[in-house]
Amino acid sequence: MSYTKRKDGRKFDEMRKIKAEVGVIKNANGSAKFQIGDTIAIAAVYGPRNLYPKFLQNPEEGKLRCNYNMLSFSVDERIRPGPSRRSKEIGLVTERALSPTVNLKEFPNAVVDVFVEIIQADAGTRCAGICAAAMALADAGIPMKDLVSAVSVGKVGDKLVVDLDKSEEDYEEGATDMPVAILPRSDEISLLQLDGEMEAKEIIKALEMAKKACLELNKIKKEAIRKKYKGEGK
Amino acid sequence: MGKILVKNKEMVVPGEVIVEGMDYLPAGNVFRENDKIIAETIGLVNVDNRLVKLIPLTGFYKAKKNDVVIGQVRNITFSGWLMDIGCSDLATLNLRDASSDFIDKKADLTKIYNFNDTVIAKITNVTKTGYIDLTMRGPGLTKLRGGRLIKVAASKVPRIIGKQGSMIHIIKEKTNCKVIVGQNGFVWIQSEDPVNEKKAIDTIRLIEKESTTEGLTEKVEGLLK
Repeated sequence: MSYTKRKDGRKFDEMRKIKAEVGVIKNANGSAKFQIGDTIAIAAVYGPRNLYPKFLQNPEEGKLRCNYNMLSFSVDERIRPGPSRRSKEIGLVTERALSPTVNLKEFPNAVVDVFVEIIQADAGTRCAGICAAAMALADAGIPMKDLVSAVSVGKVGDKLVVDLDKSEEDYEEGATDMPVAILPRSDEISLLQLDGEMEAKEIIKALEMAKKACLELNKIKKEAIRKKYKGEGK
Repeated sequence: MGKILVKNKEMVVPGEVIVEGMDYLPAGNVFRENDKIIAETIGLVNVDNRLVKLIPLTGFYKAKKNDVVIGQVRNITFSGWLMDIGCSDLATLNLRDASSDFIDKKADLTKIYNFNDTVIAKITNVTKTGYIDLTMRGPGLTKLRGGRLIKVAASKVPRIIGKQGSMIHIIKEKTNCKVIVGQNGFVWIQSEDPVNEKKAIDTIRLIEKESTTEGLTEKVEGLLK
């Protein structure tokens, strides 16, 4: 049996409903909330600030440090709070997805801390986290080349789909999930992971779908940033 | 001929293309990629002849030479003080620049400026590696005694001061407070009466929040009546 219709009635290349908001945490230098379907991520940016221990400092360039964390109530069954192997990995890939865009030449010896908290999870958390982090970095006024957008694409049954939710990820006949982060202006890919099996042809097609979705995401994010700063100037 | 894609004074977000073509030159907060000029931060576009720059709406204070700032002592070394002026790095105030009076090398530096003391200082030098040098030799550069310090975004400082100091003058006059605004967004307020102090802080917070609304001066005047 093939996968003919998505559970929530979406088209195969349609994303879930997206909500973006900038400036949600007052004490942070920059912050953002990003919601895609039932997945909610909030990101807070602190710094540039002094980096300790001192041997980590780089006198030529500032450092970007990302921390990903899933709150214990974010999933159906409580997860143990605190860092885990998985959250460490995702923190690292978030850092690598964002670092090609940020320009920290002006902040030698300093660090920019990005904290991504997942407050509700329904698959695609790392992509939501990257989107939130990109907006938060812009809000903090860190010089950036571009706003990174990320979305997960994949294969459910025999169909290529955009933005899988948890029920699709757990599809009994097999599902493949491929998170992609794209720099929308240059079409460069800064994150590409793959969990499952996919043919080379399918991957190329899925990447095309991801590109289209990321451009759409970028518009929403820009709109969210504009909303916060609207009325400034003039 | 180059083409400007966004209107003057319009808001852009990072990654947005402002100009296509080589006849324009990138100035502050923008960068060139191939033949395009692209925004680096959230800001308002400002095209001046052939110069394209952004007036940032966010971000924190970038130290500039000759800025008069307010700093707080964070650390004391053998040869001077390290001051927090709202940058990512602490600024150094060297012993010989610390005062117009003579300071003996063996003197106890905490007697001159102790931890958390607030001072007005001027930036004499900013190196590429982020070191900031301060001086306190000059008119008006002194230690601030008492009072309280609040921090506002450095980009809002011109609004708090107002045209030729009109806004700050109103606050000073109506609340009977001493108010000093540093270029870095640190504001020092002192008054005999804590109620007045609170009033001045509230006013500054209002200006920060509504820095873009027109007729803010009248609004502030009304609030302080």
